[in-house]
Amino acid sequence: MLEVKTDVALDSAWSGGKSPFAIGSKKLGMWLFIVSDTLTFSALLITYSYSRITNPDWPRPFPIYPAIAFSTTMTVVLLASSLTMVMAVMAAQRNDRKKTVMWMVATMIGGLLFTGLHLTEWFNMIYKEGFTITGNPEGTPLFGAVFFGITGLHMTHVMIGVIYLGIVAVGYGRGKFSAEDVEVNGLYWHFVDLVWMFVFPLIYLMSVKY
Amino acid sequence: MNTHAHAEEVHAGASVGTNLAIWVGLVAITGLEVFLAYKQLQPSVMLSVLVVLSVVKAAMIMSYFMHLKFEKFSLVLWLIPSMIFCICMMFIFFFPEAFRLLQMRPH
Repeated sequence: MLEVKTDVALDSAWSGGKSPFAIGSKKLGMWLFIVSDTLTFSALLITYSYSRITNPDWPRPFPIYPAIAFSTTMTVVLLASSLTMVMAVMAAQRNDRKKTVMWMVATMIGGLLFTGLHLTEWFNMIYKEGFTITGNPEGTPLFGAVFFGITGLHMTHVMIGVIYLGIVAVGYGRGKFSAEDVEVNGLYWHFVDLVWMFVFPLIYLMSVKY
Repeated sequence: MNTHAHAEEVHAGASVGTNLAIWVGLVAITGLEVFLAYKQLQPSVMLSVLVVLSVVKAAMIMSYFMHLKFEKFSLVLWLIPSMIFCICMMFIFFFPEAFRLLQMRPH
């Protein structure tokens, strides 16, 4: 008699009841968010790059010292906070709640330091150098809109990330959240870092004053 | 449930040493970018070099810090090509038509 193996199809990763990517729904959701947010930043940065190349009177307001030295420090601070987040995720995977919270607090400090440095730079540009979202002392007025628009959107992401870290750190410390929650939080934080890896060279290093 | 446990499988990821090496690499590439800015290259050349270096940094962050290297390859195949495709579509449809519209010029 012919034996029909109905369970063969059901064993397939795509037949339901299984996770085809072997990750949880939270992590998958965060990856989908990251892809959509990548497209938002890509649209802004592509538009910026096109404007930058086609405008011969693009302003160059950032001298190597102090502006570029300052923004390089911001970059290193954000990179350092990514490393502390990696340590937090590793500690969470070992189920070491105390160290996980400690590394997450260190990440939050990095994020707050980055935001503080960024706001210092903004206030200096607005109040001392006369840059606004609608105009600047020299060159095309598009610069102000692009600079404050892109760096402002990124800074908003950093501030949301710090709040997100705080919520997950408290929840994980109290045993309400799992290691997966910390890892998903880490994905968001690394994404914020990743976006800055494009914003820093394209916005700052393309407008160096010689 | 077995399926649930499988879905929430914890991925080991890289060691502390590897992550540290990646971090040092990211800082070094940032240093190289600042050095290139100091060398006063043509804006179009500078833009191309910076985009390539940024993509390298993004790949390092996604592979190691975001653990994509240690996930199932089907996830990578699902996320990355679709993202690259959408970004390529932006290059096709954004310019120069979008700017022509801003200036209210028909052609």
